[in-house]
Amino acid sequence: MDDPLARYEPILDDYEAFRAACERPLPQVVRVNTIKATVVRAERALKEAGVGYEPVGWNDELLAVDTDKPGNTWPYVHGWLYGQEEVSAVPAVVCDPDPGDRVFDPCAAPGSKTTHLAALMDDEGLLVANDSNLGRLSALRSNAERCGLTNVAVTKSDARNFSLAPFGGEGFDRAVVDVPCSCEGTIRKNPDALDEWSLDHVDGVAGIQKGILSRAIEVTRPGGTVVYSTCTFAPEENEAVVDHALAEHDVELVEYDLPLSTRAGLTSWDGETYNASLNRAKRIYPHLNDTGGFFCAKLEVAA
Amino acid sequence: MRENDGQQFGRLPATDDDREVEGRPSRAAVVDFWQDRYGIPTATWDDYTFWERGAGKLWAFRGDVPSPARIQGLGMAVLRTGGEHWKPTTNAVQRFGGLATDCVIELNDAEARAFLAGRDQELPRWNGDWGYLIASHELAGESEPIGVGLYLHGELRSQVPKGRQREL
Repeated sequence: MDDPLARYEPILDDYEAFRAACERPLPQVVRVNTIKATVVRAERALKEAGVGYEPVGWNDELLAVDTDKPGNTWPYVHGWLYGQEEVSAVPAVVCDPDPGDRVFDPCAAPGSKTTHLAALMDDEGLLVANDSNLGRLSALRSNAERCGLTNVAVTKSDARNFSLAPFGGEGFDRAVVDVPCSCEGTIRKNPDALDEWSLDHVDGVAGIQKGILSRAIEVTRPGGTVVYSTCTFAPEENEAVVDHALAEHDVELVEYDLPLSTRAGLTSWDGETYNASLNRAKRIYPHLNDTGGFFCAKLEVAA
Repeated sequence: MRENDGQQFGRLPATDDDREVEGRPSRAAVVDFWQDRYGIPTATWDDYTFWERGAGKLWAFRGDVPSPARIQGLGMAVLRTGGEHWKPTTNAVQRFGGLATDCVIELNDAEARAFLAGRDQELPRWNGDWGYLIASHELAGESEPIGVGLYLHGELRSQVPKGRQREL
């Protein structure tokens, strides 16, 4: 397909603004790693480094910075900062883990979600960060260590077959299932993100996503929380995957607050209808908050 | 005694008397090392278990899992005990070095930059112990540890790993 994003004209109330935003470069954002520094101290270190910054508004730990190389500053060297897309902070915020929780991050590399979850846990409790790719795991480990994480256990497996055996067979309180996807929402950062796009690929990756979400639900305790997210707009990888989980497992979609401008999840697409509760999921389009694109749904496992 | 298996994490024995794997240091020895050399309080490690994966490479994990653990990472690599002297990792020093009261050398801005870039430098003003020191500098109003330096004969040799070195 020459123009995959044209598929979304019927579901967008401001299609022109959406397309225009997709053409603009993305603001550079860092998250303050509160395991190693307070926001106040990180801001002071940025000032000393001559880097301008501005809070993004909805989350105190996220700062838009006026350099495209935040890695070349003292606060980064000390692991006080993590460079990431603003919307990639959404799943950990929605997961909202407490210190002492057991938390599962099945598609963890390169580590923005893992390090964010650990910070929200005050580095207390068990955080299992899994990935299937050895090279990406190496990036995950070095990011986790630079950020000073000590509560993280790193595993290498296909998340669809994740085993609890190394952890005494005990399930998790929460999971953040941020799956590999067609990445349409990263178009502002990677202008070639859609070069290889095809509906076959979308359908193929959706099958993997269903398997990963199913396994995460299975290893989460009754009453636990599972957050499902992607950085794509494709309903086949978003609502359809969650709809499949709702049909296969004893889980429900729950409402959640997020101080960003969002649109409700879809309940129908391309002739398919989805569970009515999918309107509790949230879609984030680039033009709404000047960010990348994102999808996030919060599920609760039946008690 | 078993030999160390480099593919898995094995929990450190509580004391030398509990040792089952040859040459593996005890938890007590590790906690004492941080206290004796750097003055890092033993209570710092109350919630931690210590593990070996790879001969002489020790990890600190805030929590516990069944041992041995055949996984890729468990907490943070904190110490190398293979050489003549035990050597803290850069990451351990950045995370826990702020608690140290001994063997901390304060660097000025130019010295800190040279240290981060991986350069050795003459620093004859140091009159404390030789060996592995915590190199620190002032950042945002407080002293902040950067990494480990080897101090010998008036010279501080930066031990910052190549992948972490930077010219700021």
